[in-house]
Amino acid sequence: MDKTWNNKAWFMVLPAFLVVAFSAIIPMMTVVNYSVQDTFGNNEFFWEGTGWFKEILASERFWGALKRNLLFSFLVLIIEIPLGVVIALNMPRKGWGVSLCLVIMAMPLLVPWNVVGTIFLLILRTDIGLVGHAVDSIGINFRYVGNPTDAWITVVLMDVWHWTSLVALLAYAGLVAIPDAYYQAARIDGASRLSVFRYIQLPKMKRVLLIAFLLRFMDSFMIYTEPFVATGGGPGTSTTFLSIDLVKMAIGQFDLGPAAAMSIIYFLIILLLSWIFYTVMTNTDEQT
Amino acid sequence: MAKINLDHIRHAYGIRPSSPNDYALREVHHEWNDGGAYALLGPSGCGKTTLLNIISGLVRPSEGRILFDDKDVTHLSTEERNIAQVFQFPVVYDTMTVYDNLAFPLRNRGVGEATVDKRVSEILEMLDLKDRARKKARGLTADMKQKISLGRGLVRSDVNAILFDEPLTVIDPHMKWVLRSQLKTLHRQSGFTMVYVTHDQTEALTFADKVVVMYDGQIVQIGTPAELFEKPSHTFVGYFIGSPGMNVFPVTLEGKKARVGTMSIDLGFAPKVDKGQKTELGIRPEFMEITAKGMPITIRKVEDIGRQKIVRADLAGQAVSIVVKEDSEIPSAPHVTFLDQGINIYADSWRVGRKA
Amino acid sequence: MLELIDVIKVSAGQTHIHPTNLKLERGTLNVLLGPTLSGKTTLLRLMAGLEKPTSGEVRFDGKNVTGNPVQSRNVAMVYQQFINYPSMTVYDNIASPLRVAGETVDVIDREVKKVADLMRLTPLLDRQPLSLSGGQQQRTALARAIVKNASLVLLDEPLANLDYKLREEMREELPKIFAATGSIFVYATTEPSEALLLGGYTATLHQGRISQFGKTIDVYRAPRDLVTASTFADPPLNTIGATKNGASFLLDTAGDGKSATIPVPDHLGGIPDSGVTLAFQPHHISLAAPFSKAPALSVKTLISEIAGSESFVHVKFEGRRWVILEHGVRNIDPDININAYVDTRHLMAFGTDGLALSAATPEKAPEKASAKAPAKTSARKKRAG
Repeated sequence: MDKTWNNKAWFMVLPAFLVVAFSAIIPMMTVVNYSVQDTFGNNEFFWEGTGWFKEILASERFWGALKRNLLFSFLVLIIEIPLGVVIALNMPRKGWGVSLCLVIMAMPLLVPWNVVGTIFLLILRTDIGLVGHAVDSIGINFRYVGNPTDAWITVVLMDVWHWTSLVALLAYAGLVAIPDAYYQAARIDGASRLSVFRYIQLPKMKRVLLIAFLLRFMDSFMIYTEPFVATGGGPGTSTTFLSIDLVKMAIGQFDLGPAAAMSIIYFLIILLLSWIFYTVMTNTDEQT
Repeated sequence: MAKINLDHIRHAYGIRPSSPNDYALREVHHEWNDGGAYALLGPSGCGKTTLLNIISGLVRPSEGRILFDDKDVTHLSTEERNIAQVFQFPVVYDTMTVYDNLAFPLRNRGVGEATVDKRVSEILEMLDLKDRARKKARGLTADMKQKISLGRGLVRSDVNAILFDEPLTVIDPHMKWVLRSQLKTLHRQSGFTMVYVTHDQTEALTFADKVVVMYDGQIVQIGTPAELFEKPSHTFVGYFIGSPGMNVFPVTLEGKKARVGTMSIDLGFAPKVDKGQKTELGIRPEFMEITAKGMPITIRKVEDIGRQKIVRADLAGQAVSIVVKEDSEIPSAPHVTFLDQGINIYADSWRVGRKA
Repeated sequence: MLELIDVIKVSAGQTHIHPTNLKLERGTLNVLLGPTLSGKTTLLRLMAGLEKPTSGEVRFDGKNVTGNPVQSRNVAMVYQQFINYPSMTVYDNIASPLRVAGETVDVIDREVKKVADLMRLTPLLDRQPLSLSGGQQQRTALARAIVKNASLVLLDEPLANLDYKLREEMREELPKIFAATGSIFVYATTEPSEALLLGGYTATLHQGRISQFGKTIDVYRAPRDLVTASTFADPPLNTIGATKNGASFLLDTAGDGKSATIPVPDHLGGIPDSGVTLAFQPHHISLAAPFSKAPALSVKTLISEIAGSESFVHVKFEGRRWVILEHGVRNIDPDININAYVDTRHLMAFGTDGLALSAATPEKAPEKASAKAPAKTSARKKRAG
């Protein structure tokens, strides 16, 4: 819809545009620049073409990390979305409980990533950690430093603890927007609890759940801080995700070219997958 | 289908009502016939929605009982009462087809598919929705969605009553005419007890056999549309029903005559009014005639509203409205006469009958 | 004076407003009448400058303001929802446009009190809007629109969310309030009865086109085409296809051998013999003959609705649904055949192109889709069919 022009608006947008340019577009161009060249420092560059891209795409290390990323996102989504919805369904709709619930739900969201890692490290330690000690004392040998499965459990647990409430809050927002008349009509029609969920709540929550899904996918696909703090990518490479690998490559090994190529591939994968999810989910939305 | 008994029902939203003013619903004691069409009519805040919610079971009355066919249902939940309701804004299950929407209440109650199909087909036919049966309910127009909401009630043969909560609010004027007459036909065909809540006098009068006029938490009159129009039992009914509403003048009575200013109107009966009561004469704009003789009036304005004209005038210092026919001429020295059958006398706002 | 000149609005490949010409004079009340989605709101937004026409011009007092943003136009708008600042008192709400305009405290106080008096809000000035009734809230919103002395006040179904009786009172008050200011008022509504009660001028809208514009009562009495007549009818207009044959109309029947005719009334005598659509308002057909030679038609009753002073009898005639408006209480059994009499003095006839036919104007008015200013009576008379 073309509204009447108001050119002042452009001036308002200008500062934001400049900030975005400095913080995103210019670094992005730098990365593109690095990805097609080789450098040993001293500002000496050699043209490399698509060499780094080929190298990355051919490496075991890249595909291994990508697979771990996909598995991680899959686990996180399959736990957080249903869990968030269940929590939202059970949150109170009115009374003093509402604000209490909202505050409690918002708490994890306020904790910085690295702090989450540290909290979990402390809790899971077998000597002084509450959970770690308890698990150990009932005879389960939980070693997130040495055992890959335990390391995975730790990382997934951290993410679930940290972000499920975001899904729950979004789902809750969708639920409270449903007019009472729908619930009354469903009661009158003799609908079961499940039918109410299936035919009223789920369809009405669809849009917010799509947003929750995309946010959680993108975010979990870019996971870095928690495994970095908790497991450092180990044991071995078992929790080395793309982001961790990328940092290792760029800062640990100073392979700027391959790291740049990898970031671009990484970025494109996120973009592509998000786009696919969005298209598929909005399409089914229209068909129904 | 059921007879509904409202047994001394009162309701207050606060915890402990101390005076009658604390009640949102003051005292309702009535019996509504099986298969009747009732309308609850009144301005916002008059208690009509509270009363509807008490019938549907969403609100439990503070005092009194409600009975369906002599069975006390006061403490039963909405689903146990076996009623159906159509809301102000259409409620349909978007992801289902029109057919599935209508089948939903039956399937939830474990009715066999063969019976479901038979009932749903009947309703689709009745509501004129046959060609839409397999379409998703989303994207239909508001009036079709409202028909589906209604259909979900009609499809169950065992409902005690169908309740309507201002169902035509979101419908265009032209569509209202169609839906209203369809609803009336459906009521006749199905024989369900129907209760219709509205603030719109046209909807209430055209729908119902009996209109329940509510004002300030109480029922001021229950009557047929004709009774409400011709013999409003309270000046509020006179004002609220009819457009423009009834003209009301303060009068002094002298036996069979009523005095308005310097003029005297022959009543043909002697109303019984106690001393100290506020005495008023009510007459509808439709029962006044502009003639060359009678009581002189001063015309302020004539509103031509198409099929009739509304004359706004002064009669003995009182503002009055008079309805005249589309083609009628207004004499140069206008006078007005009252038609006998349209004169009502009110004592403290309540009508005093002819035989009082 | 507000002028729309060949204004077109296309959005996402859909034409919302077809070429529209309209001239609204200062100090007039103009009703936009049409069903939901007929383009009323789009037209209001175009007038306000909230939207830019795809082509065409909007002129204010002869000055081209097309594309000027709404902020620079001195426009006020009132919506169906009651929009007020919830945390301010009624006084502050009404004062807000004046404060924005930088008026002095004295001027603000004087103007607010004047408008509050006009809108009967004086006792409520210290209250907050949400503690008021719907009618009072909408009055506050109206007061805010009027106080800024905008040259153009747009009202988008302002009474739709009010109770029936409150609506009736406001309809009676509004023309007086409008007359007290010198602004151009544009009032969108779906209800024909509302247009008639408000009076002033009416533009009937149908699918993004203005089908007629003129004095409200003239548009109602002499619609230029069938679309206007049906838009402006509540209860719905009764219609039937017919063929004029000399002195009588032969009505289209279901073809079961029966035939029905009605004599051609004087005012339609001049139209040529051809196929026409006859139309008449529900109060121009009745169950008792309105005059001795009124033609009788055998109709089948469907249902009767009693609305106090009058009754609506729904009937079927040769597959057409008609409504008969009877005075008084008439409860007639369904599914019986009765005689209904058409008051041919008010019969309307429309040609196959939908335009009104009449003896007075045998030539079909080849005017543009929308009418020009209603200022000159001579122009209006020519159009009247």
